Amino acid sequence: MNDMTLVADKPETKPAKKAVGVPYAVLAELTHRCPLQCPYCSNPVELERAGNEIDTETWKRVIDEAEAMGILHVHFSGGEPTVRKDLEELVAHAAERGLYTNLITSAVLLDEKRLMGLRDAGLDHVQISFQGTDADLANRVAGFKGHAKKLEVARLVRKAGLPLTVNAVMHRQNLHQLRSMIDMAVELDAERLEVAQVQYYGWALKNRDAFLPTREQLDEATAIVEEARVRLKGILAIDYVVPDYYAQRPKSCMGGWGRQFLNITPAGKVLPCHAAESIPSLEFDNVKDKSLAWIWENSSAFNKYRGTDWMPEPCQSCDRREIDWGGCRCQAFALTGDAGNTDPACAKSPQRDVLRDPLEAARTIDENDLPDFVYRRIGG
Amino acid sequence: MSERTILTEDSVPKLPRHAKLRFDKPRDKWIILAPERVFELDPIASEVVRLCDGSKPVNEVVDTLAAKYEAPRDVIAKDVIDMLQGLADKGFVVT
Repeated sequence: MNDMTLVADKPETKPAKKAVGVPYAVLAELTHRCPLQCPYCSNPVELERAGNEIDTETWKRVIDEAEAMGILHVHFSGGEPTVRKDLEELVAHAAERGLYTNLITSAVLLDEKRLMGLRDAGLDHVQISFQGTDADLANRVAGFKGHAKKLEVARLVRKAGLPLTVNAVMHRQNLHQLRSMIDMAVELDAERLEVAQVQYYGWALKNRDAFLPTREQLDEATAIVEEARVRLKGILAIDYVVPDYYAQRPKSCMGGWGRQFLNITPAGKVLPCHAAESIPSLEFDNVKDKSLAWIWENSSAFNKYRGTDWMPEPCQSCDRREIDWGGCRCQAFALTGDAGNTDPACAKSPQRDVLRDPLEAARTIDENDLPDFVYRRIGG
Repeated sequence: MSERTILTEDSVPKLPRHAKLRFDKPRDKWIILAPERVFELDPIASEVVRLCDGSKPVNEVVDTLAAKYEAPRDVIAKDVIDMLQGLADKGFVVT
């Protein structure tokens, strides 16, 4: 699974409760178990073992609490969510509550019977990740021979009448396949293609030199997407975000910390974003101990960087402070050692020069000298 | 979807399977839910979209709204088609 963006065309202006708004979406990470070993996995470096996963009844209660809070989307993710045998039961429960249910999957464990079961349970949408468009490259990146199975399952998703998003995680070693990835999404009859550039925290940070594209690669990719968006208007929607390291202004990470989104880990911890455990000073509350609504309003981890009061300069006096919300806290921590700093993805960041070495490495490393992947494995 | 959907007065529009229209009580407005997107509809847009249930062509939707608001039919027709075309291009309306 990947960074998700939530786009509200008309941002909410009237908070329902004091300064704490109504969240839109919950990412339910049902498990960290996954047959794939992608070296840019968004799961934490310290993976949760199966024995620590919260049970079906706890997830159902959390879904009830989410609906009562006004949450609209539930994304079933992981790890690989289909390793959980209760997935159908949880999807049915969320669908009965009127939530929009999305399955974020590698697809390699799915078959026609299971897909039909998920559809009949009320699943609204399926998102399948692809690591490339040819099996050799895709399987090498995933550390698993799954590419052919992904194509087969994507066709079954459409056969089942379910909407499909192709999630293409792109980087230095597969950006040359961007054109064929767009063609593949059209050929698979997907409604939507997410061109997700690798962003560098957790596992991806360990593999940064192997993944960070060159400026030339990135400019070419941007031009390809812009051309395809015009050509495929009304046929395929393409989401595209430039990697932070090449941005002038930071992305509005999670639409603002503790503003629209919450993430629940396999063990029940509630995070403001999926990477938040990388910030060691934060303490997280658990759905086993507290209600989701209580956590949303009161959890110290959510309140720490909520709104604009926490911001240092140059964010504090910046006219974009309620557009990008200071960027990404996890990236600020990973690159500067303090999650309360401006995200160095902003050109105004006083620590902007931390990007110089990795960008210089991307510019100078020869294709044949790229480092080997550090694959995502339990136990690091 | 292999071709762009072009809306005319004869089109019979509806929401695609991946989009769900519902009234959201906490936010007090009609919304369209789609993958990783929430479209908050203003009162006029919600009225149009709620009439587009796949049972009637655009010209009936226009007639209904023109009668209700006692507004010139050609103005309503242009506004409705423009709005639906915009939604179709984003993948939220099919015919």
